Amino acid sequence: MSDVKATGAEATSVPTKVVMNQLPGAGIVGQSPLHHADLETVAKNGPKQGGVKFKEQKLMGLLTLRCNAQNPEQAAVAEKLLGVALPTTPLTSVEKGDTSVRWISPDEWLIVVPGNKAFALESAFFADMPGHYSLVNVSGGTTIYQLSGANVKDVLKKSTPVDIHDSEFPVGKVVSTVFAKSSAVIRRTGEQSFELVVRRSFADYLWLWIQDASREFGLVVEA
Amino acid sequence: MFHIYCPHCSEYREEEEFHYHGQAHIARPLDPDSCTDEEWGNYMFFRKNPKGIHHELWDHAAGCRKFFNVTRNTVTYEIKEVYKIGEQPKVVADAVPSK
Repeated sequence: MSDVKATGAEATSVPTKVVMNQLPGAGIVGQSPLHHADLETVAKNGPKQGGVKFKEQKLMGLLTLRCNAQNPEQAAVAEKLLGVALPTTPLTSVEKGDTSVRWISPDEWLIVVPGNKAFALESAFFADMPGHYSLVNVSGGTTIYQLSGANVKDVLKKSTPVDIHDSEFPVGKVVSTVFAKSSAVIRRTGEQSFELVVRRSFADYLWLWIQDASREFGLVVEA
Repeated sequence: MFHIYCPHCSEYREEEEFHYHGQAHIARPLDPDSCTDEEWGNYMFFRKNPKGIHHELWDHAAGCRKFFNVTRNTVTYEIKEVYKIGEQPKVVADAVPSK
């Protein structure tokens, strides 16, 4: 990756990047991709015991950052704004407070913050980040599923070709892969808990898939 | 199924995550305007189809989405090596003996 340096007249002009707050005013309530499934009612009326637990972590702020982590200026600014350094070891993630950063590729990271903090973080990046980079708010196109429970690994084994054995998939590891043939970013958040970042358009399909795949173990929906 | 080592993710993944993009190391003519039709046609349409060692381009489509090269034996399907774009293969086919 090259760092494009502004020269001549461009150097003196003020950056005119406009960031739009994707969250509407307080009067409008956001709807997650699983709004129609009414998980609150399912959680209230459904079973309380089972081998697999499902929870949608909805309406989070997701930002895709592409920059050069070998560029010390960019790495320093990213660390300052995120409160934690970009993970440069492949397939790792870092978490601090309510901010988490996933390694996606050598020059790409997925940042997750609470939905109401995305705009401020985005604005701060565009104000401070030097050089050639890209930051895109992908909150509207994605949602996050949390899978946990004693049989969570059995469900994952049915759904993804990735090796999730403890020796290959320690806590904190993150992989971009296929889950039930659709793309997902899978991260291990605990011994028996995983987190899936999935596309909005596949959210309903994957919800149906997870219900089917975990039927034999018993699915507990949490809201 | 291939079990392919991604040089960017630094681990083996299933073929399902990858996309094949044909022969590697195809250099675009530096000055297309001065190419003859034959030179441009060779660049555009003609590809090797070797029996044995073949250098090919793959894309980790469901993972890091980076491109890289693979040297593969088209007879045994054995993957000899993977290497990043811009690097040269270590495993190459023996020169064809002159008759």
